[in-house]
Parts: sequence; structure tokens; C-alpha cells
Amino acid sequence: MLIIKLAFRNIIHAGLRTWLNVIVLSFAFVLIILIEGLYDGMSEQVKDAEIDSNVGGGQFWQKDYDPYDSFSLERSHAEIPAELKQEIKRGNASAVLIVSASIFPRNLIQSVSLKGIDPDQKIVNLPVSILKEERDTNVIPGLIGSRMAKSTGLQAGDYVSVRWRNINGTFDAGDIKIENVIDLNLPSIDNGQIWIPLEKLRNMMRIPGQATIITLKKNIDRIPADSRDWIFKDYNYLLKDLNDNISRKRLYSNFMFSLLLGMALLAVFDTQVLSIFRRRKEIGTLMALGMTRWSVIGLFTLEGCLLGILAFIAGSIYGYPILAYLAKEGLVLPRMIERSQFAVLLTLYPKYGLHLYVVTSLILLISVIIVSFLPTRKITTLKPTDALKGKFS
Amino acid sequence: MNDFPIIKVNNLIKDYAMGKQCFRALNDVNLSFKMGEFCGLVGPSGSGKTTLLNIIGALDNPTSGDAIVMDKSITVLNHKEAAKMRNESIGFIFQTYNLLPVYSVFENVEFPLLLLKKNKTEREEAVMRALEWVGLSGKANSRPNQLSGGESQRVAVARAMVKLPKIVLADEPTANLDAANSHNILKTMQNLNHELKTTFIFATHDEKVIGYLHRKVMLNDGKVIDDVNLN
Repeated sequence: MLIIKLAFRNIIHAGLRTWLNVIVLSFAFVLIILIEGLYDGMSEQVKDAEIDSNVGGGQFWQKDYDPYDSFSLERSHAEIPAELKQEIKRGNASAVLIVSASIFPRNLIQSVSLKGIDPDQKIVNLPVSILKEERDTNVIPGLIGSRMAKSTGLQAGDYVSVRWRNINGTFDAGDIKIENVIDLNLPSIDNGQIWIPLEKLRNMMRIPGQATIITLKKNIDRIPADSRDWIFKDYNYLLKDLNDNISRKRLYSNFMFSLLLGMALLAVFDTQVLSIFRRRKEIGTLMALGMTRWSVIGLFTLEGCLLGILAFIAGSIYGYPILAYLAKEGLVLPRMIERSQFAVLLTLYPKYGLHLYVVTSLILLISVIIVSFLPTRKITTLKPTDALKGKFS
Repeated sequence: MNDFPIIKVNNLIKDYAMGKQCFRALNDVNLSFKMGEFCGLVGPSGSGKTTLLNIIGALDNPTSGDAIVMDKSITVLNHKEAAKMRNESIGFIFQTYNLLPVYSVFENVEFPLLLLKKNKTEREEAVMRALEWVGLSGKANSRPNQLSGGESQRVAVARAMVKLPKIVLADEPTANLDAANSHNILKTMQNLNHELKTTFIFATHDEKVIGYLHRKVMLNDGKVIDDVNLN
């Protein structure tokens, strides 16, 4: 109790030095929680968006389909089995046909994937109903994302020639009218892709009733069994790339975490070294009065710890409203972030769990205890007579 | 005064390394101090006064020889035992007062009792009694930076005396004080020595202090050159 009282008095007595440390530490504490919260929030938002707009409740893939091999598209289509047809009829699934094609924007050739989707589907969150509004049967209504629009220079209302090879291997061509350009947050449904009506694409390919992917409704009660041509891919499989990407981004957040913590701890370490140097005589006096070396070490370490505790309290007091506000209103990102290959939303909502708060607080406190203790080791070799004279042994 | 020797110093040698050279601060010192003595180690700077005081106070160890303080050999005490001895039985008074700046006068005087784990009532009584001895009852709530040099040293005396130690070691206690304050402090310590039979050992070369001593041990170049009873 004596040591706690003395340590508290000492840090209050240190005045500006203490408060500067508390400000730096608490700032690091709040910033670490914000950055970690942003990554957690972003990861969750992106996963939700991926599930809502692409993955749904899992997908059946035609057995030859390989998203990393564009040549596989020539053979990755098949008749939809009866059980899955039933699910589509019930509104529990939606079919997508994927075909390789070339478009010619600005007189340049560019490879794309044409994705045929039912404009009436409600399984994934894509505004494809606009595709059925086109009255001109000679054009192919198309929908593209903002990334695709940027890379091709296409805008809503533009026409672009498209060439594809049908089931017989014969090249065919037509014009796609870009009905709309929409902000698709996910590169997986945007880059190099044009969404067109499913039946139109089937007719273009001359493969009625066929599809490449069947996306199931989110939270579907029962997943149909695999068939000879159709293999079920669950969440874990479909989100693997995204999870890997998030893990890579997490390295950056960990680096920021370490950097902020390191800077804050350096301030504490510096203060401790200076404090021990300036208070050698006091150390000698405490020893002369009967304090053991380890009690003096405990006193100085505790002073450092109290800085951490004060920073934790200060950070909680002024950080809570800021963090709560950002969690509610979100953080609007600049549009240039769209160039990123990582799926991002233009407004990020940080997510701070109790786990993040507790773990960050513990890491901060334990680190502060360690850096507070390290400089005090010098006291173990300090002779009281030297300390009283104001010098180190 | 009791004839019982509370401190015995036998063949004490203390060497300090100064680069490749060795400086002998104490050279075969043999002394004994009886309980209740009011005694001074007198000599010029570098004569070994403070070194001897530090060894008696278990703040330092001799190179060879022994110092037996209250039947305990300083040379065999570990850090913890030495701290315990200082805490329980020895009071220190320093030239520069060495008060804890963050504590009030009351708390500074109370500090040794907190280390001794005395209860609150005992502490309050002892602190107020010690402050009365030094005439600072009215300044109990003041901070060290609000005190004059003389008042600060009186607080240091109260802090040394509050736990009723057997021995008080005072290193140049009047060096930073004017004549009036020096006499005041010395008179206070003399009264305490008389009333409480506490052994006072001073390291000094101040003539004002020497005038109050009952015994004067003259040191020069680490050796005892004279030991005079002034009573």
C-alpha cells in the first residue's frame, strides 16, 4: 500500500512529464483499438458482402468449372439436375452460366466473362432486374461494375461489340448495351465481367437449360446432394481466397499495432531511464530509511504501470465517444480506394468486441510493466552510498 | 550513559578503486561507541568520516575488518537484513536533508513507521510527538519546498527520531545551515540524546557541532589520530 501511495504521489508530482506520457500512451491505445476495429469491421463487412452478393448459402459447381482456368469455361456447363431445378423453382437457388468472350471497347480487344443470371432472382444481392427492362431484342442488355467500367471506359447507355464461340465452336457476335454501371464492392463479381440475362446467354451459346454455377439461398434448410456433374462448394471453400487476403492484410494491421505500441513504450522507457537518473539521491534515501532494493525497484516499476493504468482510463474516457461515433456513423473512405484489388466498401464501420478491448488493454499494460521494469534493473547493482552521492556504481 | 558498547569497529579497512590506483579511505580503525553517546567523527574532507558512518549504518561494507552494530556483524548481513537493521534501529540525518518532495512534513516523518508497519494510531502519535520535539507541530501539512533549510533539517531529525532508534548517524547535519539554525538543531539533538538515551554519531568538521559533542574522534587519512572525551 505504501509503495502504491508513493508511486501515485511521484507520478502526480512529475506533472507535465506524466501527462505527456499518459497522452501518448492513451492515444496509442485508442488508435490501436480503432485500427484493429477497422480491420475487424472491414473483414466482416467484406465477408457479408461476398456472401450476400456472390456466395449465398454455398454453390454447386459444374464439375469442370475452375475459376482460375479460363479455358475450363468451354466445357464447364451442364444440364441442371432435377433436384436443383426444384430448388430454383422454389426460390431457393439461382443459376449462373459463365462464358468466355471478347469485347471491343475503344477499338481494343479485351477478354471478359459473360455471366448469365436470371433477372428475377432474389438469391444474391445484385440489381440485375434492370436487365429485363430492355425492349430492343436485337441488343444484349448488360450490367457492369465500376471497376470494369473504369478499365474499359464504358458508361451506362454505351454499346460495345462482343464476340463469343457457341457450343458448336462457331464464332458469333452481337452488341451489348450497358444498362447500368453499379458500385460492386467485390472484385470477384466486377473485374472483367459483364452480367447479362441467363436465357439470352443460353440462346447465344445454344445450350438451353444449362448452367455453370447454382447459388443456394443463404441459410437454406437442406443442401441437396452432389450429383455426377455438380459438386457442392461450401462457405469455407468459397471464402478461402478472401480469408487468405484478410490474413495478409492483418499483417499490416499487426505492423501498425506494433509500431504504435513501440512508439508509446519508447516514451515510457525514456521517462523511466530519466526518472531513475534524476532520482538517484531519492533512491539512496529510501534505502537508508530501510527500503530494500527490490522495494525500490517495485516502486519505480509501479510508477510506470500507473502511467499505463492512467492511459487506459484516459483512453477509455475520451476514446469511447470517438470510437462509438465511428462505429455508428462509419468512416468514409476516399473513392481512390476502389482501385484496390481487395474488396472494400466506401464506408467502413469499425467493430470493437470486448475481446479486442480486453486484449489490447492487457497487451498495453503488460508491455508497460516490462518497459517500466527494464531500466530499474540498474538499481539492483546500485550501492546506497553511491545513490546518496547522486552517482551510479 | 550505559557502558554497554553498542558499536564496535575492529581493524576496519576500506579501500576504493580509483582507476588502476587504490585509495584507502579507512586504515585499520578500531573504535567502540557506548549506548547514549553524543559523539563526533571530526576531521578534514577525505579523512574517512562519512565512510565510517556509512559502514556503521550498514550502507557500505568494509574491505576488511568488522563493524559490530548491536551485536550484529555488518559484514555478514545481506541486503535485506541490512535494510531491516537500518529500518528498525538506525536513523540517518543528511547534510542535504533528503526529504521526499512529494510528501508533506507529516508524511515524511511518518514514512519510516510505514516501513515498520505500525498501525495508524501509533503512527499519528509518534509523528506528532517527533514534530513537537523539533518544534514543527504547526507545519505538519507543509511541503518540503515550503520550508526553510533549518526547518527541513528539523524535519529530517524528526524523521530519524520518530521510530526511537538506538543509533542516529548524522553526516554534516549543519553544513547547509546558518549559525542560529545550527545551534537550534544541535540543541534539539542534544535534548533528545539526554531524554531518550539515543546514541548520536556525527561526521563533521563544523566547530559549532564540536562545541556540543561529549566525545571527539579525530580522523586523518583514514586513521584515528585522537579520541577525546569532552565531558
